[in-house]
Amino acid sequence: MPLSLPQVKRVAWLARIEITDAEAAAAQGHLNDIFRLIEQMQSVDTEGVAPMAHGQDVVQRLREDRVTESDQHTLYQAIAPQVEDGLYLVPKVIE
Amino acid sequence: MFNSTLKQLSALLAQKKISSAELTQSYLDRVARLNPALNAFVTVDADKSLAQARAADALIAAGKAQPLSGIPVAHKDIFCAKGWRTSCGSKMLSNFVSPYDAHVVEKLNAAGAVILGKTNMDEFAMGSSTETCYFGPVKNPWDRTRVPGGSSGGSAAAVAARMAPAALGTDTGGSIRQPAAFSGICGLKPTYGVVSRYGMIAFASSLDQGGPMARSAEDLALMLNAMAGFDARDSTSLERPAEDFARLLEASAADRARPLAGLRIGVPKEYFGDGLSGDVAAAVEAALAQFEKLGARRIAISLPNTGLSVPAYYVIAPAEASSNLSRFDGVRYGYRAPEYGDLADMYAKSRAQGFGAEVKRRILIGTYVLSHGYYDAYYLKAQKIRRLIAQDFTAAYKQCDLIMGPTSPSVAFALGAKASDPVQMYLNDIYTVAANLAGLPAMSIPCGFGEGGLPVGLQIAGNYFAEAKMLHAAHRYQLATDWHLRQPAGVE
Repeated sequence: MPLSLPQVKRVAWLARIEITDAEAAAAQGHLNDIFRLIEQMQSVDTEGVAPMAHGQDVVQRLREDRVTESDQHTLYQAIAPQVEDGLYLVPKVIE
Repeated sequence: MFNSTLKQLSALLAQKKISSAELTQSYLDRVARLNPALNAFVTVDADKSLAQARAADALIAAGKAQPLSGIPVAHKDIFCAKGWRTSCGSKMLSNFVSPYDAHVVEKLNAAGAVILGKTNMDEFAMGSSTETCYFGPVKNPWDRTRVPGGSSGGSAAAVAARMAPAALGTDTGGSIRQPAAFSGICGLKPTYGVVSRYGMIAFASSLDQGGPMARSAEDLALMLNAMAGFDARDSTSLERPAEDFARLLEASAADRARPLAGLRIGVPKEYFGDGLSGDVAAAVEAALAQFEKLGARRIAISLPNTGLSVPAYYVIAPAEASSNLSRFDGVRYGYRAPEYGDLADMYAKSRAQGFGAEVKRRILIGTYVLSHGYYDAYYLKAQKIRRLIAQDFTAAYKQCDLIMGPTSPSVAFALGAKASDPVQMYLNDIYTVAANLAGLPAMSIPCGFGEGGLPVGLQIAGNYFAEAKMLHAAHRYQLATDWHLRQPAGVE
């Protein structure tokens, strides 16, 4: 099922990636080539097969509920694009 | 010295015939001389490396040396190293100086190894040619008009050109094994969960696995000994007793002429079909004959779902990538667009400008296959096929101990040859992705030369936790052959 140009733009919007009309058109061609490859999956019957999430079917570990991290916000915020008073700055969200 | 094994370098350091500072400086000089033409390293910091080398010299002088103490190792630029820029080959992280160490980096640092520099890679490890990097493509040391393979192409080229005795790589769909094959070196992807993913920038979390790249099976074993181990900070790290991956290498064989007697090698018919180049097939056949000479028995097997591994992989890996890469939003670290309107616009512009074309393509695929109404048809279907692929291996390992075949369908292709055709690039992963989907260990070693005098890789795969067995077989092959000792011309 080929992706339409509006679908490509919608997916880019969902992924929060700005896309120009020319980029969307180029992406559409590549994505449809890739989905033709992916469609080969439909040739096999997977009725009753349990999905496999990763290579080792292990159970997620739990840890004790105690503090294990020290406060390093000054170190971590030193590489942030914009910080003030220990807070990350972004454009105003609420008017 | 640049052709010495890790063990030989370790002995030179222990006997004080050379200091780590001198050794590191020699490698730094070599990198300075050879790297401009190859572009294997993206960051070199002599002061930092030499400081580590001097610390290693103190460790050695104090009699506290471990096998890798004082040895310079190249790090794929996907491993966070404190104080080092860690770019992951992307403009998005081109200004990111890591505030912490990856588990593997912590372990190597504790072992006294020296960070020689950070190697080039496909952006966020998404590629099979090391052409999608923000810092320009890496050239294959055997032929500078060819790609070195990818995504760990910088590490592969660095080891092949003897700019580093060993390197770190990561493998999500073949990113250690395929560049090892294209560059004429050895590389091993361990069983999923053996090497911690903490601090290894995530591409597809259920497939990503770090591993060593070096010139021999013996060197890989020493590197893996230093890299492997449980880490509570990686939720899928496996709690297992410490393992010496080199333990089988020293053992003397009962039958000296046939040291691999009793070993059953499965050869999947699906790996020798239409897509395989004749030159690669011939070199791999010769290698299999050599293994038979060493006493191994060849068994014809079938992995019937091989053809579905690339389609399933290109659903699962992009799906996980689209989720993992959502963290790059220009807020806490990394690239932020210089101009934007509201918050949504800041995200969209930062991501549009910070990511390259291949990364965006994969985020779009992943976002689409996870979006409402498509999840069952794509992601769930791919996960079911993943189970079928894993079951193929379970059945095969009832008949054989190891599986061997080509690592890649061809030798290294020309720079630019597949860059504009993603599907052709993806199909190059046909023999490597299944091990990642199943979580199995697999490695590549040089086994001859093909078209253009370029190296051919033999893939040796094993059942879960069969690394030591794989390394043993590879080591026996390397004692009987010298393909792994060949080095490219023009990098003397």
